Amino acid sequence: MRAPGPVDRRRGKIGERLFVALSIACVIIPLAMLGILLGKVVVDGAERIDWSFIKGFPSRRAAVAGIWPALVGSVYLICLTALLAVPIGVGAAIYLEEYGRRSRVAGFIEVNIANLAGVPSVIYGLLGLEVFVRLFGFGATVLAGACTLAILVLPIVIMASREALRTVPDSLREGAYALGATRWQTIRRVVLPFALPGILTGAILAVARALGETAPLIVVGAVVFITFSPDLHSQYTALPIQIFNWVSMPQKAFLVNAAAAIVVLMVVLLLLNSVAIVLRNRYQKRNY
Amino acid sequence: MQQKRHTDREYEAELGRVRDNLLRMTGRVEQMIADSVRALLDGDVPLAKRTIDDDHKVNRLEVDTDDLCLLILAKRQPLGSDLRFITLAMKMVTDLERIGDLAVNIAERAVALSGERPAVFATVLSRMADLDQAQLREAIEAFVSRDTARAEKVCGQDSEIDKLYWQLAQDAQKDMAHDGNSVERGIHVQAAAKFLERIGDHVTNLAELVIFLVRGKDIRHLGKLDES
Amino acid sequence: MSIAKPKAHRASSAETAPKKIDVRDLSAGFGDKTVLRSISMPIEDRRVTAIIGPSGCGKSTFIRCLNRMHELSPIARISGRVLLDDRDIYDRGVDPVLLRRRVGMVFQKPNPFPTMSIRDNVLAGLRLTASLRRSTADQVAEKALVQAALWEEVKDRLDDTGGSLSGGQQQRLCIARALAVDPEVLLMDEPCSALDPIATARIEDLLHVLRNDYTIVIVTHNMQQATRVSDRTAFFLTGDLVEMGATDDLFTSPRDPRTEDYITGKFG
Repeated sequence: MRAPGPVDRRRGKIGERLFVALSIACVIIPLAMLGILLGKVVVDGAERIDWSFIKGFPSRRAAVAGIWPALVGSVYLICLTALLAVPIGVGAAIYLEEYGRRSRVAGFIEVNIANLAGVPSVIYGLLGLEVFVRLFGFGATVLAGACTLAILVLPIVIMASREALRTVPDSLREGAYALGATRWQTIRRVVLPFALPGILTGAILAVARALGETAPLIVVGAVVFITFSPDLHSQYTALPIQIFNWVSMPQKAFLVNAAAAIVVLMVVLLLLNSVAIVLRNRYQKRNY
Repeated sequence: MQQKRHTDREYEAELGRVRDNLLRMTGRVEQMIADSVRALLDGDVPLAKRTIDDDHKVNRLEVDTDDLCLLILAKRQPLGSDLRFITLAMKMVTDLERIGDLAVNIAERAVALSGERPAVFATVLSRMADLDQAQLREAIEAFVSRDTARAEKVCGQDSEIDKLYWQLAQDAQKDMAHDGNSVERGIHVQAAAKFLERIGDHVTNLAELVIFLVRGKDIRHLGKLDES
Repeated sequence: MSIAKPKAHRASSAETAPKKIDVRDLSAGFGDKTVLRSISMPIEDRRVTAIIGPSGCGKSTFIRCLNRMHELSPIARISGRVLLDDRDIYDRGVDPVLLRRRVGMVFQKPNPFPTMSIRDNVLAGLRLTASLRRSTADQVAEKALVQAALWEEVKDRLDDTGGSLSGGQQQRLCIARALAVDPEVLLMDEPCSALDPIATARIEDLLHVLRNDYTIVIVTHNMQQATRVSDRTAFFLTGDLVEMGATDDLFTSPRDPRTEDYITGKFG
């Protein structure tokens, strides 16, 4: 086989440049599309955002319609969802990784968790309707909605937590055992602190997903038009539902409202993500 | 006796060089013993002078072997039988070099006699020289073949050389008392015999070192060590 | 915190010391693979016993049997007896967790807990397992760090993370952590393999002092290190104990030809 000559080298260089250009395009094009979309939304809705919009209640007149109940409902939902999903999810991950590593039960569970993550969210709505709304008797309240969302995001939390627990080197566990620690002491004081960044990531992902869900909430009875601030025992709504509702209205003015609500939703999401990323980075710095 | 080779062939070669040097030194000093006594008994002054000159070759071998051993200690940090071999090799070259010096001393006495042939002592001196050479050969054979039985025999036969020396010393004194002209001759011959006797002691040392090398047990100064 | 036991005068190297650990017919393995075959040997009190042998001869498995860490593997098999102060550690009534507080371990690769500060690392053994009185915490930490010859280097930065230290310092931190629990026996699995020569020399120097108070078992593949630090040496070969004796004798005049071959590098 002869050595590469000048023609081969040039062909190689062209090929490489082409590949790099293609890769950059793959990144830029979707980002550009997203940017244009978001930009349009911000441009459309920015003018509408003011305190009256945020603190206002839904109304048939677009100019005074506000998002307060939806905002409160969403905040309630993500807080309760996190409170339910994270402990249960982390606990399940701990069982699967630390205690049940080789048992058949753990293997069976492991396979099914991945499946659960792919189930359409509406199905969870149906499950929530039967179990939480009717069987447990929570009714069409935030509690039922949060429980439903918690189950929906549970697979995400479990998988992310498991990955985080897997990153803990065995040498740390051995070090703890060699000092005379029990398994639980080791998990609590050595493994969990190390896995915290990854677990936090899982929690962020879960909350972000919960924030954007619409269909399952509608199935479990979230309403669209509320004129009061919801609490744990009342009817409720959420931002995505409110947005969907306004988009469906014939009046053009409501589209502006929808855009504004989308901006608020994104801001909340961004805030959440930033907080979690800051927390995660702070804990990650200790690990190395 | 077939022995396993070291995995590191470079190391194996270095140890081989030390072994070769020891064998070469032994061959040389053996020759020097034979030549110096021959020169003394035959009154062969040129042979004596050649023997004295040859000593520098032995000294060269001693220095080279010591250097080699030092390097091996630094590089290889030997253990077990290798450690005993290297440290003993360094001691053995000292004994061999001393034997060479003693042969030179005998040759110097031959020069001092300037051609006179001490026929009356020829038998005893030859016998002592033959014994020395044979013992030396036996000790080196024991070293090469790691044979402690042979080495032990060498240790046992040292007394025979001592007896020969005392016999010659008495004969020489009788001779000197009897005939005033033979005093100078008597002194040199007695000195040469003493040198041969000390060669025998050094050969015994070599044999004891061989036993330590093979068995790992130090049998030197048995019964003469402070036990406190 | 345990009350310090009055420690008897340590026997000089030439005499045989009483047995701290007596291993009898110990066999161990993973699944159907046997790694150790019927090992019987004493480990003398407050001596340094070195375990040498080629890779795969069972050295690490052996010391992991001494603090019941081997059984943490799900396919581990063990048989035989290991007597610590005349009591079999594999007896039904013995709690392995409590055992490991009497028999500590230092690993090949330093493994300080990265989420904890230096001070917390040293105290981890006590905090993980029992509550530690805040008043004595600083004293305990200082004592352990002094014992591990690390105090002078870290006394001004006890709140830095364990990961900010060099490899040699991390290993000494792990030693301090093990010592803080006040064990009777210290097991060391090739503690210097991952360290540079100067760090190694520091730890070897440390061992000379530690052996006055602790029984030490050290696995090493560096024979010269074994000659430097240990009083007794055991040579393992493919799961068997080939020879055991005083270090000075074993390395100058070994009795078994296999030992001779190993220490002179005549393996094929």
